[in-house]
Amino acid sequence: MNPAYSVILFTTSSGAGYGLLFLLGLVAARHGVASSMSFALVSSGIALGLITIGLLSSTLHLGHPERAWRAFSQWRSSWLSREGVVAVATYPVALSFFAVWSGLFDAPQWISPLGLATALLCTLTVICTAMIYACLKTIPRWNTKFTLPIYLAFALATGACLLLLLALIFGRFQIFQVIVAVVGLILVAGLKFFYWRHIDTAKPKFTMGDATGLGEKVKQWEVPHTAQNFIQKEMGFVVARRHALKLRRAVYLCLVLAALAALVSLVVNPWIAALAAPLALLAAVFERWLFFAEAQHVVGLFYGAAEV
Amino acid sequence: MTTLPATTSKKLGLVIDLDICVGCQACATSCKEWNTQGVSAPLTDDKPRSDEPMGVWLNRIHGYEVEEAGRDDSRVVHFPRSCLHCETPACVTVCPTGASYKRAEDGIVLVDPDMCIGCKLCSWACPYGAREYDHTEGVMKKCTLCVDRIYNENFEPEDRVPACVKACPTGARSFGDLGDENSAVSQLVKEREGYDLMPDMGYKPTNKYLAPRKRRDTTIAGREVLPKGDGSAMDRLFAWADKLMSGEKVTASINPTDASDRLEG
Repeated sequence: MNPAYSVILFTTSSGAGYGLLFLLGLVAARHGVASSMSFALVSSGIALGLITIGLLSSTLHLGHPERAWRAFSQWRSSWLSREGVVAVATYPVALSFFAVWSGLFDAPQWISPLGLATALLCTLTVICTAMIYACLKTIPRWNTKFTLPIYLAFALATGACLLLLLALIFGRFQIFQVIVAVVGLILVAGLKFFYWRHIDTAKPKFTMGDATGLGEKVKQWEVPHTAQNFIQKEMGFVVARRHALKLRRAVYLCLVLAALAALVSLVVNPWIAALAAPLALLAAVFERWLFFAEAQHVVGLFYGAAEV
Repeated sequence: MTTLPATTSKKLGLVIDLDICVGCQACATSCKEWNTQGVSAPLTDDKPRSDEPMGVWLNRIHGYEVEEAGRDDSRVVHFPRSCLHCETPACVTVCPTGASYKRAEDGIVLVDPDMCIGCKLCSWACPYGAREYDHTEGVMKKCTLCVDRIYNENFEPEDRVPACVKACPTGARSFGDLGDENSAVSQLVKEREGYDLMPDMGYKPTNKYLAPRKRRDTTIAGREVLPKGDGSAMDRLFAWADKLMSGEKVTASINPTDASDRLEG
């Protein structure tokens, strides 16, 4: 699958934003009003900013962005529509939560329910995003049990690393933030390990014979056109395996370095933990690019792929 | 609405006979010609005269080389590919706007170009590569089964068929109601054991393909046929010449006539 940069930016940026927002909601539900208004406003601004940048960039690849509002209508059948509905529903709840959590609006009894509701909506949005990909039977490498947990784990890990960075800046560095970040990073690395092992060893689901019904001894003889068409450009992109392996190692390296930075900060200098956020986001960008570039679409079977 | 109708009154679709398709591209070009002026208009081309031409085509003809079991020669099968108007198509249910829909009255899968936002998700959901994105228009295009021909009362009844069917010079494409078991297309499918493409996907394609018929062996490869000295005078002459050239002693022999391996033609 062609890795569209707008979609990679969208899923990594909004994933991190939803992860951060989720953690802010849970922390506030437990601890009540924010320790300082500036911390609450900056962290909530960054979370909503990342989400908004992501959502706006996702509309960049549309042919008709001005009609994007129509995407809220088909939530009964479409995960993309559900994602749009839940993403927009998150805004009023999150803004109300920030108003009471930061102390701008004095209603401490509402902090806990609004914080939990915000965390729930964040989780639902990331689930919808993941399901857009996971539900596609045409792309066996997305249509796996790993896709959903990987999206959730990446949102948690990148969000936790951002929380760590914000806590450092505002002098609220705590061990539990390190623990959440490290657990998230280990979870991502473990899931990616099992995912990559799965796609490397899974038997091909479909052959050119299945696609054409012409038996198992069939090969392409003539393509229908003289240059690449939309189907080949959009669905035919597959990264060379040697490049994929390098990028996989880069993902692991970024994840391990981020976790090490968080852990070492506990014994050496807390500011080392500031490295975790950029490293985790870099891992997310590499991973998301690979998620597309390693995915093979069954339509390739009509265009010369022997099996998918 | 992108939720699917529970049933459709008709299941209009195509039956494509791979045995007689000659790969002439007439269906593809007439599809392009009709649909660039019909409901899908315009069916745009991007830099058509450059080194990298790209355009929207709703029907494309592949060629495959197929080896049959027990034979060492292969054959070429021309393979037209377009929307199969599935009964339970994922391209419709993934659409976030309702632009993609399946008609309850005849089962045709269509895109409303005024509602499509051009997210391309439907093209990802289709295993058959039936949907092509129009970069110029910013919307998805697909086979309409020529809805603007098949119900067109300005046409003579015999012309109320999709442009590809009308254009096919060999009669490899048939159009009709595959939901009616007495229709000509259903009978054809029954008779020739028409099949679905990738049935395991579960989208229940309406269009059916008819497999190429088994061929008689018309090859001479791998069969060394030598004249036998038991046929006509000419055969005996060849047999004599063969033995002479092989350095064997020529002996006349008269055997019962068996001309089955006689070299012909």
